[in-house]
Amino acid sequence: MSHVSRNTLHVKNFVKFIVIMISTCYLLPVTCYSQVSSTDLINNAKQYDGKSVNYQGEVIGDVMVRGENAWININDKKNAIGIWLSSGLAKEISFTGSYKFKGDVIEVEGIFHKSCSLHGGDLDIHAKTIKLITKGYGIEEIIPSGKVNLVITFFIICLTLAVIYFIRLGYGTRR
Amino acid sequence: MILKPHLEDVKIIGYYLGKIIIGLGLFMLIPIICAVAFWEICPMFDFLIAIGITFFTGFVLVRLCFTEKDLNWMQGMIVVSLSWLVAALLGAIPLYLSGHWFSYLDSCFDAMSGFATTGLSLVQDLDHMSYAHNLWRHLIMFIGGQGIVIIALSLFVKGFSGAFKMYVGEARDERVLPNIIHTSRFIWLVSIVYLVLGTLALGIAGILDGMKAYNAFFHGACVFMAAFDTGGFAPQSQNILYYHSMAFEVITVVIMILGAINFKLHYHLWTGNFKELLLNIEMRTFFLTAITTFAITAIGLTTIGAYPDIVALFRKGFYQLISGHTGTGFQTVYAAQFMNEWNDLALTGIIFAMGLGGAVCSTTGAIKMLRIGVIFKGLVEDIKKIMLPEKAIIVEKFHHIKNIFLEDKQVRAALLITLCYLVLYAGGALIGMFCGYPFLQSLFESTSAAANVGLSCGITNSSMPVILKITYIIQMWAGRLEFMSIFTLLGFIVAAIRGK
Repeated sequence: MSHVSRNTLHVKNFVKFIVIMISTCYLLPVTCYSQVSSTDLINNAKQYDGKSVNYQGEVIGDVMVRGENAWININDKKNAIGIWLSSGLAKEISFTGSYKFKGDVIEVEGIFHKSCSLHGGDLDIHAKTIKLITKGYGIEEIIPSGKVNLVITFFIICLTLAVIYFIRLGYGTRR
Repeated sequence: MILKPHLEDVKIIGYYLGKIIIGLGLFMLIPIICAVAFWEICPMFDFLIAIGITFFTGFVLVRLCFTEKDLNWMQGMIVVSLSWLVAALLGAIPLYLSGHWFSYLDSCFDAMSGFATTGLSLVQDLDHMSYAHNLWRHLIMFIGGQGIVIIALSLFVKGFSGAFKMYVGEARDERVLPNIIHTSRFIWLVSIVYLVLGTLALGIAGILDGMKAYNAFFHGACVFMAAFDTGGFAPQSQNILYYHSMAFEVITVVIMILGAINFKLHYHLWTGNFKELLLNIEMRTFFLTAITTFAITAIGLTTIGAYPDIVALFRKGFYQLISGHTGTGFQTVYAAQFMNEWNDLALTGIIFAMGLGGAVCSTTGAIKMLRIGVIFKGLVEDIKKIMLPEKAIIVEKFHHIKNIFLEDKQVRAALLITLCYLVLYAGGALIGMFCGYPFLQSLFESTSAAANVGLSCGITNSSMPVILKITYIIQMWAGRLEFMSIFTLLGFIVAAIRGK
């Protein structure tokens, strides 16, 4: 290979590198952001508006099916954000968080809206895909023995007071 | 010379305070029933402990301070101011035991916020709270909205003149019916009827929006209590945004406005006198102030293009405004959005609306429409006096159930209370700034607390300084009782220390 053609190859590789770098820089905002928190989304809503985001958290409350779509709310321990998804995707959710259940932890990829024109200005994410990270489960109630002892103590005290009250009441009536 | 209070004063205060505490304890039976229905064992124990402490305190006070004497004005006022403090302390017990609050002070903050129908909250992990505790959070708003003393009047009192003194002490100086006990019972009747209708409407909306039936009706009942009593708590951490439902928003706007209407006006509406709605000074003032403050907010939001269309502007701008004006505090935006996405003009509109409030003898806090109307009429009268010849006789009147001639003493009373509220708003804002928060943010949160609204721009959270938590508790308490009973309590304490 001649010296000139080797130089040309170097230039071509350099141009390729530059093109890839520039494309990456420009395309990065329209491609999916790596996982973002609810606080980040709420505090920097303008920055993320209309962009594809990746958000992870526990499904809480109800899965509210509205025709072909559904609403779920996902809590990442800081805030909960509404997710608008197809009812088909919503069927993949088995557990939702409440007092007795730990909800499914899912990862959502979708378009973030600062004030969604489809949903009356709500801050929401329109999900394209969801991925189950951890399946939910039932939470077993553990009753601390201290609480049981306190209840018994107060029951005895109140019963004693009531007995004294009624004895005095009866005594007063006889007089 | 200040006269030292007698032991007899303390006994009378203690006796009636005890009765009110027993009434509060009876209400704790409702979450216990709820805990049994949903088989929530731990919450059931929390409420059994709380009810034990409450009944014990109540019975001991009634027993130790037993008296057959009636209350005088001073004692009535002190019973009221103390009963709200004690209710917050006792009502916080089951909340603290639930483990959803970091400290007992935080749970007291929420209990006072509930009783005073404010809606500011320091709760943690609300989305995993039991039905029983969640019901209690909303029930205390219902109890506080009707008035804690009203419970005692309705349940334990057959008729005595002291009842009126306690009723007035609770910032309700209007009798709906000639007898004050009947007035209390009418207030409960109105509230229960609306509770059934509101729960049905919200429950059906919830089912149509895809919620499970039992959850829809539970949420319906809770949201109704918070809306009608202009409280602002909601069963989920996102508040009303959780439902993503226009139907829910429309229904809650109607309920919030119903809650902000004078119970006396409710009575006239119930008896078919719909004309009163159009003539009443409070309704006219409310209509005018709502339009004016919404115009300010809407201009602010439109200037920065905060929302994409008119529907979004109404669902966010108008909703937060009505929520603030009625003193409810329901939110369909996140607290941080107020500071990040709303401009100063839009926030000023909301602050004005929060500071004005709803009707007197309703469940709202703040300055209130009757006072604003009376002050405005007084201003008009004074301008007329300047403009017209000196010999002209100027008579200004307003319609509030009947036509009333405006007197100087009415304007003076309205201005005094308004001044007290303005000082309270400014005081809280100053302490907020002292803690390092910016002016507008501090004023927003302070007005929200003192006017018993509950909208938050983000200051209220468990990590805020203790001094600010205590400040907001005092603001909520003073704002709800409209100062007089609290001034009387302070006077009583001073007399006890310095009196002869």
